[in-house]
Amino acid sequence: MAVSLAQFLIVAAILFTLGTAGIILNRKNIIVVLMSVELILLSININLVAFSAYLGDLTGQIFALFILTVAAAEAAIGLALLVAYYRNRGSIAVEDINLMKG
Amino acid sequence: MSLVPFFFYLFSAVLIGAAFMVISARNPVHSVLFLILAFFNAAGLFVLLGAEFLAMILVVVYVGAVAVLFLFVVMMLDVDFAELRQGFLRYLPAGASLGLLVLVEMALVVGVWKIAPASLVNVSAPMPPGMTNTMALGHVLYTQYAYLFEAAGIILLTAMVGAIILTLRHKPGVRRQKIAVQNARTPAEAVEIRKVPNRQGI
Repeated sequence: MAVSLAQFLIVAAILFTLGTAGIILNRKNIIVVLMSVELILLSININLVAFSAYLGDLTGQIFALFILTVAAAEAAIGLALLVAYYRNRGSIAVEDINLMKG
Repeated sequence: MSLVPFFFYLFSAVLIGAAFMVISARNPVHSVLFLILAFFNAAGLFVLLGAEFLAMILVVVYVGAVAVLFLFVVMMLDVDFAELRQGFLRYLPAGASLGLLVLVEMALVVGVWKIAPASLVNVSAPMPPGMTNTMALGHVLYTQYAYLFEAAGIILLTAMVGAIILTLRHKPGVRRQKIAVQNARTPAEAVEIRKVPNRQGI
């Protein structure tokens, strides 16, 4: 293959960095925080698939599949929590989420 | 043969640009749309790596379900997003420095990293020759990782039940069809015969 493994790893590293920076930068907006988490999971998937392709081992792709599963479940639950919270409080600002009462 | 590097750089550049726009866009709807663009380009990278099945899964599941779910939630919640962006500039030094730190650490790791030749022998699921990617994945997934596959199914079921329970609500004023009550009705209680006097009505 003409593209080396290190190049894929660098792309994934930049993506991971953007995701972590996005969590810090948009810490008031929980929807963008969830999207940053998705970016981080995507970068991990790129790592796994790149290693899988260059080592000739299918296990990396299997684990990427499981990460996709968990990420989809996490997004669904996170957004459902968000909708339920918005119905109760009328706001999704992160600093308002400080009540532990049901 | 220079087509593969060209597409690699194209997909990577658009992927990183889209990821940057996801975290810096003013409007969350634009963020979601750039997230979809990022997923498409990641799927392109997966195709370059020979993982066609994961690329299609990424397009179908991520773009088709998760990103659209994000879009629905962003549009459904009537939130003042300008107010939520108040702290963006205040957190910019911290976020940028943390991102730079993570990037430098990863660059150090990637710079000095190499594969140990001994580890290449211990391939747990080697790619079988002459088999498509989807077929090979199925052969491994349904034999070697069957229990993990079922666990993944249970995770998805739990997530589905949890999401439904969290968001479902019964409004008090809504009249619903009660099939059991309908079936339990008998002519004796549904029909009443009254003797109506002439010129008086009931």
